[in-house]
Amino acid sequence: MGEFRVHRVRFFNYVPSGIRCVAYNNQSNRLAVSRTDGTVEIYNLSANYFQEKFFPGHESRTTEALCWAKGQRLFSAGLNGEIIEYDLQALNIKYSMDAFGGPIWSMTASPSGSQLLIGCEDGSVKLFQITSDKIQFERNFDRQKSRILSLSWHPSGTHIAAGSIDYISVFDVKSGSATHKMIVDRRYMGVSKRKCIIWGVTFLSDGTVISVDSAGKVQFWDSATGTLVKSHLIANADVQSIAVSDQEDSFVVGTAEGTVFHFQLVSVTSNSNEKQWVRTKPFQHHTHDVRAVAHSPTALISGGTDTHLVIRPLMEKVEVKNYDAALRKITFPHRRLISCSKKRHLLLFQFAHHLELWRLGSTVATGKNGDILPLSKNADHLLQLKTKGPENIICSSISPCGSWIACSTASRFFLYRLSYERDSISLQRVPKMPAFLRSALQILFSEDSTKLFVASNQGSLHIIQLSEGCFKHLHTFQPQSETVEAMCLLAVSPDGNWLAASGTSAGVRIYGLKELKPHCTVPAYNFPVTALGIAPNTNNLVIAHSDQQVFEYSIPDKQYTEWSRAIQKQGFHHLWLQRDTPITHISFHPKRPMHILLHDAYMFCIIDKSLPLPNDKTLLYNPLSLTNESDVIRRRTAHAFKISKKYKPLLFMELLDERTLVAVERPLDDIIAQLPPPIKKKKFGT
Amino acid sequence: MVEEESLRVVRCGGSELNFRRAVFSADSKYIFCVSGDFVKVYSTATEECVHILHGHSDLVTGLQLNPSNHLQLYSCSFDGTIKLWDYIDGILIKTFTVGHKLHALFTLAHTKDSVFVTINKEKPDIFQLVSVKLPKSSSQEIEAKETAFVLDYINQSPKCIAFGNEGEYVAAVRDFYLSVYFFKKKTTSRFTLSSSRNRKHAKNNFTCVACHPKEDCIASGHKDGKIRLWRNFDDDKKYTYTCLHWHHDMVMDLAFSVTGTSLLSGGRESVLVEWRDATEKNKEFLPRLGATIEHISVSPAGDLFCTSHSDNKIIVIHRNLEASAVIQGLVKDKNIFTGLIIDPRTRALVLNGKPGHLQFYSLQSDKQLYNLDIVQQEYISDNDLIQIELRKAAFGCQGHWLATVEQRQEKETELELQMKLWAYNKKTQGFVLNTKVSMPHEDHITALCFCNAEKFENPTLVTASKDGHFKVWILTDDSDIYKKAVGWTCDFVGSYHKYQATNCCFSEDGSLLAVSFEEIVTIWDSETWELKCTFCQRAGKIRYLCFGRWTCSKYLLGATENDILCCWNLLSCALFVFKPSEPRPLYIQKKISREEVHWGVFVPRDVPESFTSEAYQWLNRSQFYFLTKSQSLLTFSAKSPEEKLTPTSKQLLAEESLPTTPFYFILGRHRQQQDEKLNDALGNELVQLPLTENIPAISELLHTPAHVLPSASFLCSMFINSLLLSKETKSAEEIPDDVDMEEEKGSDDTDEENDFTEKAQDTNDIDLGEDIIHQLSKSEEKELRKLRKVDYSWVTTL
Repeated sequence: MGEFRVHRVRFFNYVPSGIRCVAYNNQSNRLAVSRTDGTVEIYNLSANYFQEKFFPGHESRTTEALCWAKGQRLFSAGLNGEIIEYDLQALNIKYSMDAFGGPIWSMTASPSGSQLLIGCEDGSVKLFQITSDKIQFERNFDRQKSRILSLSWHPSGTHIAAGSIDYISVFDVKSGSATHKMIVDRRYMGVSKRKCIIWGVTFLSDGTVISVDSAGKVQFWDSATGTLVKSHLIANADVQSIAVSDQEDSFVVGTAEGTVFHFQLVSVTSNSNEKQWVRTKPFQHHTHDVRAVAHSPTALISGGTDTHLVIRPLMEKVEVKNYDAALRKITFPHRRLISCSKKRHLLLFQFAHHLELWRLGSTVATGKNGDILPLSKNADHLLQLKTKGPENIICSSISPCGSWIACSTASRFFLYRLSYERDSISLQRVPKMPAFLRSALQILFSEDSTKLFVASNQGSLHIIQLSEGCFKHLHTFQPQSETVEAMCLLAVSPDGNWLAASGTSAGVRIYGLKELKPHCTVPAYNFPVTALGIAPNTNNLVIAHSDQQVFEYSIPDKQYTEWSRAIQKQGFHHLWLQRDTPITHISFHPKRPMHILLHDAYMFCIIDKSLPLPNDKTLLYNPLSLTNESDVIRRRTAHAFKISKKYKPLLFMELLDERTLVAVERPLDDIIAQLPPPIKKKKFGT
Repeated sequence: MVEEESLRVVRCGGSELNFRRAVFSADSKYIFCVSGDFVKVYSTATEECVHILHGHSDLVTGLQLNPSNHLQLYSCSFDGTIKLWDYIDGILIKTFTVGHKLHALFTLAHTKDSVFVTINKEKPDIFQLVSVKLPKSSSQEIEAKETAFVLDYINQSPKCIAFGNEGEYVAAVRDFYLSVYFFKKKTTSRFTLSSSRNRKHAKNNFTCVACHPKEDCIASGHKDGKIRLWRNFDDDKKYTYTCLHWHHDMVMDLAFSVTGTSLLSGGRESVLVEWRDATEKNKEFLPRLGATIEHISVSPAGDLFCTSHSDNKIIVIHRNLEASAVIQGLVKDKNIFTGLIIDPRTRALVLNGKPGHLQFYSLQSDKQLYNLDIVQQEYISDNDLIQIELRKAAFGCQGHWLATVEQRQEKETELELQMKLWAYNKKTQGFVLNTKVSMPHEDHITALCFCNAEKFENPTLVTASKDGHFKVWILTDDSDIYKKAVGWTCDFVGSYHKYQATNCCFSEDGSLLAVSFEEIVTIWDSETWELKCTFCQRAGKIRYLCFGRWTCSKYLLGATENDILCCWNLLSCALFVFKPSEPRPLYIQKKISREEVHWGVFVPRDVPESFTSEAYQWLNRSQFYFLTKSQSLLTFSAKSPEEKLTPTSKQLLAEESLPTTPFYFILGRHRQQQDEKLNDALGNELVQLPLTENIPAISELLHTPAHVLPSASFLCSMFINSLLLSKETKSAEEIPDDVDMEEEKGSDDTDEENDFTEKAQDTNDIDLGEDIIHQLSKSEEKELRKLRKVDYSWVTTL
């Protein structure tokens, strides 16, 4: 594996924002997640829970509701009173439309998917018709006294239930009038001081309405008579979310204490048809409020203020005990937030609304393996770049020479020139960016920092020539087919001849930069690409997919390399395929062409192509004790995958020079420390 | 009295009441519990033992009501039989011989002709649940060999098996498995909990199981304190469970209420938890039950619960979670450091009870009289904690004083010792702490001994310790300007060549004190505390030391560590040594018990027996009780078993018809009178009645059939006398009391037996009379004679 000096960076003060809504789409098996900063992320549950798309947030656009309608169309509504539809191809907002009801608290699509219902601050429930390219207001329902916090359709589409403060209303869709008003008991542990907020309602096909409220109750109502059937007190704090399965045989609720409860419909006795709802298992995977839950056919999905997205599979629904049956906890975005200037030892950190530039510390001391070297010069916070406007930063990059910084929001592109004079640093914004560089999904500098590659959300790739203080547009690769698909990942060969780009679903395209022509397309693969890298000298493109497969494709030969075929033939080690997080970065050692360096959030791996591949019987993760064994044993047990799990959660790892690595960690404890304190619970024995 | 018979070992109490779940009768009037080889029937209202069902020859392991006749009770035992009882009359109806050792018994309402038992067939740890067909036959002894296998790999404890939903399925748990057998489908489903060694799942073991009476729901208790409610268990894949977690330690038992709306659970916290609607937030507690809840049972009528506790106690609890009755047996402690002591006042057996307590246990009624908290500190039940142990106790001055020694040793060098002296308070009828001495010695106290001679004005206590000293403590005046008080102080410290003092003993008249120092016995004059002489016999370290009594008071007996009994003649300073095997013991009984015998004690008889044969004469004046390893109390009895039974059952039939105890009426009237008296004479001291149960005269009166009683006018004075408090100056009250009783008893018996008694008494007097009379003061002697005169007069008229 070789020895490296590692810069262990822990000053990346990144805190993901909390999850507000979760919407599961059964047709495409995709999950939409909205966060409190307005970001909407799309996870592909079939592709190993890979976060394949995201829409950057906006300060004024806090989403309160998220839903799928008409198959694959995604809508969100928020406290700014607007309904937004997202364009899932181009990764931008299709349109936004004011509902004229004040802040929107809830939204739900009709069972047929053709209508959209929203609940507003002023107590109105509005019905919208979804047309092929827009939505159209249809009518208002009877106005209620206070805000409508939750809505649910009866599966037949004839009735709706609306949760408000202290009561639940049942509406007849045809007439638009309220047929029942069910008053909720305000009492909370015997005290009836506070109002009881209905955080969620669900209408079942047998007419039962299930409500969850701020008094910690899950209640079952008969909508025909408007009476309470059963009440479960499950928490000492609010129950904030509810989701029911399609078969209506189980549902899940999330509480402010961080517990998720599963309820199941079980028969009372084996030989009777009578069934009852029973609270079965509690899951405590969150430390903070569970703001949103979803129920996929095989899993319970929950997310909340503690920023984790937790996917808990239902064991009884899982057919085979494979890796899908394991609990998933997704905390960090599946994309890079850090870029690095190798020459000047600079790190650029991307936050939601600003960038930070740090210079790494240095040391003169030497030591043996495992030593912690004292710093002779501490890490330096060089500058903090704040973007103007409410929009979040989509992507950013620093050039390898360290003299250019580029970043982009949804509507603006920024390019800065940095000049260094001894210890001081000066920053100059490059003015007059061309109009076509409005928003970028990915920015990349070439190895010699003379070229800038920008992947725009229209599917086009722009190549810009950079020189002292000015820039020149060289070329634009237009998308080949009519389908406008945004490119999310870019890689350039170190010699500057080849550019590889990949979108969210289609294969990887390779462009020749000398001729400025498309070179070839790597054969399509079922799973999305998570990282790209082009090796120096050989110009082999290494592609990592979300199902943990790694391919090596020779660009000059336009075919997969021998090594790639060999490993596909033998198959990867089962432990390798069972890893949780996708590979987010691939790099190469300049002096050792046989080595591929890659990492995910929990491990760092060097693949040595000269060594034999591991089979399922060999140990994948080398235990440390083997380093003490004799050389013979080491050589016999050595295999191509050298894995280090020392640094985790690992957000970024890059080779600075032949003997130096930089690793950026973000310990989960540091994130939790920055979150608001959770609800205090008495713990036995403390 | 009784024809000479061979002595038998008789179990006389102290056995576990909490060995199995107690069972309620259908009308909740009675509660049945196993007690060693017997089944005891208690009244739930009065806590009185109504019947003792004798018949099994080994431990009774299961009780169930007969589902087809709720006035009958099935019991099973290790002796391989199932017996059917009529519990109202206490009659054995039938005996079914199964042949295997039976570990548990279950009955079902719809399978009336068969019952379910747990047996182990081949290997010692493999148990099976089988159904046994009970053949219909009119004979009393029936063979029931027809068994059908139901389930295997089960736990032997009946807590781990439960029948559900009117016998449609049976659930059994063991280790990490829950097995459910469906009788209709004849299939077994097995559910496994993860048993990995990580912290979270390490204590997933099942401990008990219960089935919902109406729904398909199984509740299981676990070692980590969780309760799981299993549903959908007829589907191997879709089964699901809910967790209820309140207990921090193992769930000992679970029970559903009759309607199934609530679930009861208990464990080491000694809190009964009622989970209503099986929801975690809706629970009620009955705390401070005193000891670990071992079993919970529910009455079929649904109005009562009962919990069995590890301190051999059964608490009957109302549906609204209010304890209504407590049935307390002999408390089992891990170690009986104090040995068996007899309280001279109540004749109760005194020994270690609950941690830090001394229990007073009535041998006659097999019932705990009361608990004395010696340590007076909150007991925290934790296995790792080193507790304060009550090591020694001794009564002195006819029960006026009680000395206790407690110790706590964390490390070799850190010894905490405390000696407490308790005075008997007549008003409160209990012991009150008088003096507390911390660190009376530097090292462990090995012996504690009061001087019990009557002539001694000053109570004297001697403690011997491993630190090489013995200390003499005397009662001195501790009065100050505020109050009159007495307290104990150290009077003398003696030692002998830095040897460890191992035991001490006063001679009967209190004039000599013998202290053994390892292998040497020293004799001290108790007046001057002078060393009189030493006996040195290198026969090993002396463990026990005892002076002879009455005619043998010149002898000193010592028992050494290597099984040698030494006897010194104090007058001639001669030594006799015997090995227990060689000399001529009076009586040897082999195989007295299945277990090791740990302690023994002679209890003075209220009524001397009259064994003429030489071999049994040692039992004349006292009865020998001994305690085995499992803490069942055994004794020797010469009576035939039938005879032993009859008086109790006769007496209990009378009681059973009364809803409240007979004592209640007497006591209630008496109290009223006393209250009036008090109101009249305010200046008088408040006098409280001694416990009625402890006065033999009353119980004798009440338990004797009316037709053999002398006339009421005659009995009246005696009865009133017995209720009166004797004055404290009367130190010799024991003797007249004894005589009293003898006479009474004599009157009860038939004529021919009467002669016998007299004869026996005469012989006794001839044997011992001289010695006693020497020690009696004149006034006492006079009194004794007077009593004798009075009493004999009416006997002769009969």
